[in-house]
Amino acid sequence: MTNLTRSSGAILKTYSVVVLFLALRAAGNSAMAWGMKQVPERMSINPALYLRAMLNPFVAMGIAALILALLTRMALLSLADLSFVLPVTAVGYVIAVLLGKVILNETVTRQRWLGTLLIFAGAALVGSTSPDTTPIHLTSAAEDTT
Amino acid sequence: MRWVLVAAMVCATVLADLLQSHEMKRAGEQSVSARGLARLLHVIAQRRLLILGIACNAVSFFAFMALVQTEPLSFAVPASAASFVLETLLAKFVLHEQIGARRAAGALAVLAGVVLVGG
Repeated sequence: MTNLTRSSGAILKTYSVVVLFLALRAAGNSAMAWGMKQVPERMSINPALYLRAMLNPFVAMGIAALILALLTRMALLSLADLSFVLPVTAVGYVIAVLLGKVILNETVTRQRWLGTLLIFAGAALVGSTSPDTTPIHLTSAAEDTT
Repeated sequence: MRWVLVAAMVCATVLADLLQSHEMKRAGEQSVSARGLARLLHVIAQRRLLILGIACNAVSFFAFMALVQTEPLSFAVPASAASFVLETLLAKFVLHEQIGARRAAGALAVLAGVVLVGG
């Protein structure tokens, strides 16, 4: 009984961290894209240009949110397996395109939507495979695959 | 130019992942407490490849900044998924991992998606 409530609490916690991660990354990406388009100088190899771009408040906010997103993802990986995290967070690609359209007024063609959905499906498929396929298990894995 | 930036971003991401997972596995398990973080910084300072991995992360991040300056977010973010394709190729040809049908299908779907998103 206690075990059951504890595990459902753990699941709820994991999903809240997933939502927090997706929100932070979406906000970070949007702020970064918005801010970078206001920076007058075009970026090149010169690192000083990037440092100056970080003075733009939206770029700075974007970087802060993306750093927090990275830390949240690390916390998420300590709660759940990568084979859970990758497919679940693949929805981030769809969210980014949606925000590009709604917030940044980008034109998203039908072809781009189709591509994004393929990427979402592909990322979910790649992520959901077992990571246990290293050469040590080569012989047994070859026998097991049918 | 957009594909040059995508390539730089994706290659740097994959290289960073490879270096970091290789070095972190050799460094052993790390905890996320305050003391654990201090030890993690110590581990990072001692391992050159780990520093190189973090530098690759920075390169990938700068490439993303340059990419969203000139390209729409609805291109930049989906295009970054090309890392799945490169990772799968490296896993097969460099790390000699067995690539299952599911993973191969997933990587192909991502590849087709990136081509469509960029078209």
